[in-house]
Amino acid sequence: MQRKQRLSRNTAYFIPYMLWILLFVIAPVLLLIYQSFFNIDGQFTFANYQTYFSSNTYLMMTLNSVWYAFLITLATLLISYPTAYVLNETKYPQLWLLLIIMPTWINLLLKAYAFIGIFSQSGIANQFLSFIGIGPQQLLFTNFSFIFVAAYIQIPFMVLPIYNSISELNPSYVNASRDLGATNWQTFSRVIFPLTLPGVKAGIQAVFIPSLSLFMLTRLIGGNKVITLGTAIEEHFLTTMNWGMGSTIGVVLIIAMVIIMMLTSGGKRRTRKGMTK
Amino acid sequence: MKKLLSVVLALLAVCGLLAFGAHQLQTTSGSTGKKVLNLYTWGDYIDPNLLTKFQKQTGYHVNVETFDSNEAMFTKIKQGGTSYDLTVPSDYMIEKMKKANLLLPLDKSKLTGMHNYDPRFMNLDFDRDNRYSVPYFWGTLGIIYNDKYIKPGSIKHWNDLWEKQYKNKVMLIDSARDVMGFALASMNQSMNTTDPATLLAARNKLNRLSPNVKAVVADEIKMYMIQNEAAVAVDWSGEASEMLDSNSHLHYVVPSEGSNLWFDNLVIPKTAKHFKAIYAFLNFMSEPKNAAQNAKYIGYATPNKKAKALLPKSIRNDRQFYPDNQTIRHLQIYKDLSPAKVGLYNDRYLEFKMHH
Repeated sequence: MQRKQRLSRNTAYFIPYMLWILLFVIAPVLLLIYQSFFNIDGQFTFANYQTYFSSNTYLMMTLNSVWYAFLITLATLLISYPTAYVLNETKYPQLWLLLIIMPTWINLLLKAYAFIGIFSQSGIANQFLSFIGIGPQQLLFTNFSFIFVAAYIQIPFMVLPIYNSISELNPSYVNASRDLGATNWQTFSRVIFPLTLPGVKAGIQAVFIPSLSLFMLTRLIGGNKVITLGTAIEEHFLTTMNWGMGSTIGVVLIIAMVIIMMLTSGGKRRTRKGMTK
Repeated sequence: MKKLLSVVLALLAVCGLLAFGAHQLQTTSGSTGKKVLNLYTWGDYIDPNLLTKFQKQTGYHVNVETFDSNEAMFTKIKQGGTSYDLTVPSDYMIEKMKKANLLLPLDKSKLTGMHNYDPRFMNLDFDRDNRYSVPYFWGTLGIIYNDKYIKPGSIKHWNDLWEKQYKNKVMLIDSARDVMGFALASMNQSMNTTDPATLLAARNKLNRLSPNVKAVVADEIKMYMIQNEAAVAVDWSGEASEMLDSNSHLHYVVPSEGSNLWFDNLVIPKTAKHFKAIYAFLNFMSEPKNAAQNAKYIGYATPNKKAKALLPKSIRNDRQFYPDNQTIRHLQIYKDLSPAKVGLYNDRYLEFKMHH
């Protein structure tokens, strides 16, 4: 009886969230799919998809987007995992975590403009390079600077889930592994890493998916030398007003994202501590 | 729990007070009053002193709202729900708005200053007899260069951009029509061509430019050029005049073989309501003294002949921003192309951007 009551109360709590999802997630996606079946004159057609999959430009752009999103995710992961690990060992992890999260309070555009200042010909980065005798380099508008800035922006979203799963790790497993004669590397690769994998997967999802459709940075930092699908979507909605084609690219992106979600959330589902029971 | 509740209540109370305050401010500033004019224009596109002068003279308060692209303005007016009395579209957009029945014709009997305008900038293709629009500013597309890196006079034509010595030195404005346009002009083709083969040739020519292209960016060009970040840029004259004001090493060239000539004209969208204020404003802005003051503040070229005569000699005779007749004759105004053709321009342009 009591359980039933709690259940119905739980569903009541769920209603605002469901409404939110319905209005701001499901409805827009349906609209997007609907739009993608219309050409520029408003006639029903499959031609948008045909154009997409037969055009070298769009296919190249798709590959480009996935490739850069992969590079950004990799760079972020390589920095975030050790960070999260060390964070867990420190005395005041919450303080350090706060410092890592702090940059997310600042608007993305402002951060991009700050990097323009840092990377420009007379910026701090080039002043340092001149100081150590290398001389000023072209930093802005390179693939390096694009990936660097994108990774910088994404790092907090990777550190958080990894840190959570590391801090949930029961230290007795690590002790047991050491006691039974495993080397440091074995302990890490056989015990720690597999047990923190859910955090890594969540981090990859949180970083890879937004990276697929980055477009502000491609212009501001990449100088449009890196072209991703986001650029094409912006163009179709704002200049050519070909909303059908723009929606088609959007649908392809959503499908790509669903695939990534499925790949990264596959395997055993672990319930989070304290959530159920 | 009690504590949480009181915190939430306090926050709600603060928000409520703020909302009330904002509402009060808005009503006192008169956006809902009767003696108003709602002007929808580009950012920082009118001298604020003129607005106060206008209010003193006529009693109408001008509410200014801004947009950052013709397309954004078009969508907002088409969707309705706004009450803009005047807006400032560019040439091809006037044509497009006319076709979409979004404009109201001008009542010529209420206009007093039309004779002040230069006949060269009246009665143009996009609005014959100026039935819908009053010229506001005009300008060109051209090349800005920094004499710290480039010998003055060595860049005069579009084709000069392709020279090997400018490797990784050129910045382009991120606009399909303009980038494709200057490639077409460099080939002596019409900047309004819709021939697929010609557009393809223009893209191939642009692809050969890519080693020289440092970046394809938007408003940031202004900042980069002022900070000596790039040596050469392709941008509009309005932007150029702002750059030249902040960096004396910069120069602006309009290639004599042809380039784009653009207009921003005042029009009455069909959402207009305050007609007395509209005509008072149009006449006010046509007065040479006011137009000259505005031109000095904005730095764009004024189409008001009598206003130009009032400007200081250094501005009036500046060939960079008031090119001679010989050059003007070769300039081309963009036509409103059908969506399919606009798509063609954008597809070729996207391919060029992908070419890096």
